[in-house]
Amino acid sequence: MNAPPTPRGRSAGRPAAAIEVAEAAEATATEAAVAEAPASPARLAWQRLRRRRVALAGLGIIAFFVLAALLAPVLTAISGHGPADTDKRAVDSYLGGLPRGSLGGMSTQHWLGVEPMLGRDIFARLLYGARISLLVALCAALLITLIGVALGATAGYFGGRTDTVISRFMDVMMSFPSLIFMIALLSVARDVNRVLLLIGVLGAFGWPYIARVVRGQTLSLRHREYVEAARACGTSSGRILLTEILPNLAGTIIVYVTLAIPGLIGTEAALTFLGVGVRPPTPSWGQMISDSVLYYKADPMFFVLPSACLFLIVLAFTLLGDALRDALDPKGGAA
Amino acid sequence: MTGFLLRRLLGIAGTLLVICALTFAVFYLLPSDPAAQFCGKDCSADRIVMVRQQMGLDDPLIVQFGRYVLGIFAGQTLGSGQYAVHCGFPCFGYSFQSGQPVWDLMLDRLPASASLALGAAVLWLLLGLSAGLLSALRRNTWVDRTVMVATIGIAALPVYFTAMLLLYVVVTVLGLMPYPRYIAFGEDPVGWIRNLILPWITLALTFAAIYARMTRNSVIETMAEPYVRTARAKGLRERRVVGRHGLRPALTPVATMLGMDLGGLLAGALITESLFSLPGVGKLFADSLNKADQPVIMGITLLASFFIVTSNLVVDLVYAWIDPRARLT
Repeated sequence: MNAPPTPRGRSAGRPAAAIEVAEAAEATATEAAVAEAPASPARLAWQRLRRRRVALAGLGIIAFFVLAALLAPVLTAISGHGPADTDKRAVDSYLGGLPRGSLGGMSTQHWLGVEPMLGRDIFARLLYGARISLLVALCAALLITLIGVALGATAGYFGGRTDTVISRFMDVMMSFPSLIFMIALLSVARDVNRVLLLIGVLGAFGWPYIARVVRGQTLSLRHREYVEAARACGTSSGRILLTEILPNLAGTIIVYVTLAIPGLIGTEAALTFLGVGVRPPTPSWGQMISDSVLYYKADPMFFVLPSACLFLIVLAFTLLGDALRDALDPKGGAA
Repeated sequence: MTGFLLRRLLGIAGTLLVICALTFAVFYLLPSDPAAQFCGKDCSADRIVMVRQQMGLDDPLIVQFGRYVLGIFAGQTLGSGQYAVHCGFPCFGYSFQSGQPVWDLMLDRLPASASLALGAAVLWLLLGLSAGLLSALRRNTWVDRTVMVATIGIAALPVYFTAMLLLYVVVTVLGLMPYPRYIAFGEDPVGWIRNLILPWITLALTFAAIYARMTRNSVIETMAEPYVRTARAKGLRERRVVGRHGLRPALTPVATMLGMDLGGLLAGALITESLFSLPGVGKLFADSLNKADQPVIMGITLLASFFIVTSNLVVDLVYAWIDPRARLT
C-alpha cells in the first residue's frame, strides 16, 4: 500500500502551472492521471481516511461481516451445523423447547447457542443471515446509485423541461409514505423471488435522495470551463456527462451511497421482521429477531445476537460514511 | 398567501390522488382475488362469482377506482336488495376480517398511535435539543466529542434491541412494572404515562440522536453569524446571546424535521407498536398484513399519506411564521 520511492505532495517535480494546465485539458487522460499522479484525489482521500481510527474500525467491521458472509459455507462446515439443521438434543422439551444450558445454549457444539423449539444453530443462521442482509443492501445500493445518478445528472445537465419533469417526479416519490407503501407492495406480491423483489422495492423508493444531491452538483458543474471546452470541441452530451461530469461526482456519490446503506440494511430487517421481506426457511436477521421477540424473557441471548449484528453493521457503515464525507467532501456535507 | 395556500392544497389533492391510484392499481392488478379473500376458506366457485358481482369487481378498473374515490367523500351503498349496506362519509370499505368499516377501525386505533408519537416527540426534543446545544456550546471539547460519538452509537441501535432490552431489564429482571398495556389518557393519566414510558423511550432514542446532531450543526452555524457577533459586542450576557439570538433561528430546521417526523408517526410507528403490542394504527396495519386484509391496508396507506402530505404543508406555514425571511408568495 505504501507509495513508491517517488516524492509526495507538492514536491512531485511537476510545476503547479503544469498541473493546472493538465487539469483544464483533461479529457482522455483522466484515468491515467488518477493512476499515476502522486497526489491523486483517491490517494489523498485514502490518506485522510487512514488517519481516522473510527473509519478504520468501521472498515474493519464491514470487512469482518463480508468475509463471514462469503465464507459462511466453510465456517459452518467447521462448526458442524448448517443453518437449517435442527438439533433436538440441544433443546429441553420439558421446558417448552428452551435451549439446554446457560446463555441460550452456548457450548462447544453450538458456539452461539441454538434457537428455542427447533434447536437450529444460531452461529450458522447469523452467517447466512449476513449474506441476505448484505446482498439485499448492497444490490439495492447499486440500484439506487444507477437510477439516482442517471436521473439526477440528466436533470441537472439538461435543465429546462427535462429538469422540471424529473424534479417533480422526485418530489412525489419523496412525499410517499415509503415504508408503508413498500409493505403494501410486498404483501400483495406472493409468488415472487423475495430477495429480488426486496432489492427492487428498496431501490425504487431510495433513489430520489441521491438524485437530488447529484442534480445539485451537476448544476454547478455544467458551466465549468472544461465542460464548456469539451462542448466547444463538439463532444456529445452523453460523452460529456460520462467523462467530464461523472468523475467529479464520484466523491459525493460514494459518500451518499455509503450513508444510504445502513438505512437499507435497517429497512430490510424491518420489512422481514414484519413478515413481508425474506421468507423462511431462508435465514435472515429480521426473521430471527421477529422469532426471538416471543422468547425475550426466557432466552434473552436469542434476541441479543441478531440485534447486535444489525447494530454493528449499521454502526460500521455510518462511521465509514461519516469519515468518507470528511475526507472526500470539502464542504463538510451540507446537503 | 391565499394563492400559496390554494396552490399547495391543489398539490396535496393531486399527490393524494396519485398515491390512491397507485395503491389501488397495486392491489387490483396483482394476482390475489379480493372476492376469494372476502368469501373465506370454504367457498364454492358460484359463490365467488356472486361475491365478485356484488363487490363490483367485474367492472373496468377505472370505474372501480372512481367508485372508491367517490365513496370516500360521498359514501357508497354496497350490495343490493335486503343485503344493502350504506357506508357513510369517509368510506374506506369494510374489513374482510371483522366486517367493520375501515374508517371506524382506524379511528379506534388513532389515540394510541397519537399518544405514542406525541409523548415520544416531547422526550426526543428534550434529549436531542439539550444534547445538541451542549455539544455546540462546548464545541471541540471532550463533552462535544462524547456526545457526538454517543449519538452515532444510539442512532445505530435497532428498535427491537432497545425495546426488548428495556422489557427484559425493567420488567423481567428489576420487576419495576408489569408488562405495559395501553390505557387511555382519559381513563387514568398516570397509568397512561406509566404504561407508555417504555415505548416512548424506545421510539425517542433514535430520533433524539439525529436531532442532537442536527441541533449542534445548526447552532454552530448560527453562532457564526454577524448578528451574533453584534449581540456580543453590545455587551449582552452569553446566556442572552444564545437564548435570544442564537437559538431561535437555529431551531427552524428542527421545527421542519419535527413536523415531517410527526406526520410520519401519527399513522403508526409500525415496529414499536408491534413490539409492545400497543393497539395503534401501526399494529392494526401489521395485523392486517398477516391476514391479507386489503381494504384495511389500503385505508391505512391513504391515511398515512394524508398525514405526511399535510404535515409538509403545516411545516411550510409554521416556517413562514417563525422565520420572517421565508415569506410565502
